[in-house]
Amino acid sequence: MIVTVAFYVFAAILIASAFMVVTSRNPVHSVLFLILAFFNAAALFLIAGAEFLAMILVIVYVGAVAVLFLFVVMMLDVDFSALREGFQRHASIGAVVGGILFLELLFAFSTWHFAEDAAGLRLNPTPAGVDNTRAIGRILYTDHVWLFQLSGLILLVAMIGAIVLTLRGRPTSKRQDIAAQVARSGSVNLRQVPNRAGLGEIGIERPPVAAPPAAKRIEQNGGGHH
Amino acid sequence: MLAVGLAHYLTVGAILFMLGIFGIFLNRKNVIVILMSVELILLSVTLNLVAFSSQLGDLTGQVFAMLILTVAAAEAAIGLAIVVVYFRNRGTIEVEDLSTLKG
Repeated sequence: MIVTVAFYVFAAILIASAFMVVTSRNPVHSVLFLILAFFNAAALFLIAGAEFLAMILVIVYVGAVAVLFLFVVMMLDVDFSALREGFQRHASIGAVVGGILFLELLFAFSTWHFAEDAAGLRLNPTPAGVDNTRAIGRILYTDHVWLFQLSGLILLVAMIGAIVLTLRGRPTSKRQDIAAQVARSGSVNLRQVPNRAGLGEIGIERPPVAAPPAAKRIEQNGGGHH
Repeated sequence: MLAVGLAHYLTVGAILFMLGIFGIFLNRKNVIVILMSVELILLSVTLNLVAFSSQLGDLTGQVFAMLILTVAAAEAAIGLAIVVVYFRNRGTIEVEDLSTLKG
């Protein structure tokens, strides 16, 4: 009973915050409502018994993705009110398309049921007496290890892509260009210098060194204390 | 086994999916809110997978839900990087101005 009430409360907050995400005037508020939606979705996962996914959702979405959105929204100096032109005009189209999709999904759900032998066709039945994290770990690193590696590859590609996209070479930065250094010619040449020869004998003239200033004469006959 | 019933979860997922689609149409000029709507859609799909996994007693759905989380995180990172680069070059993020690639 208490679980059912909790489910309805979390679902209601989730849907309300999702609605606020798409209709909020300020994108910062949108991101904050998105964080609220993720928290409530994590609560729904907990009710469904997927504790590990709930914690992962909080860590990954709230801790990384939503903060990334928040950074970008605050970093870009965009006039967001200008982006809201045609809001009313598109609202009706969006409502019609969304409503049609929702009705179709409801029709699909209402006529759908599990097959009779669905329980026998399970690939990884939930083991009894094992908590959710341990059960996922047992199959994730054994049966689905290629999926796990594929996730890592996707994240690697995303990381390299994001770095390459946003890395900007500044023209004013003084950085060493090794290829130009190695490839240059003419400005520096090597000479065979005779051993034990002075600079004057091999033709290198240096500007004459100015004589050091004469030492200041010390006046002996005045100012002393006798 | 689910404590609430599969239909409730599926209805919540459907409403969430509908809200995501609605958000894409509603904020047609703002790329950032469109990305957030895509996150909502992916969240609804994840919710469906978890609900089915719990109802059926099969952990494979949760493994696939983790893959969806990974793809969503990567998509958000790449998408926001593209938005940042585009804003740096053009000074705006209006979707209707994104016509540089037009032939």
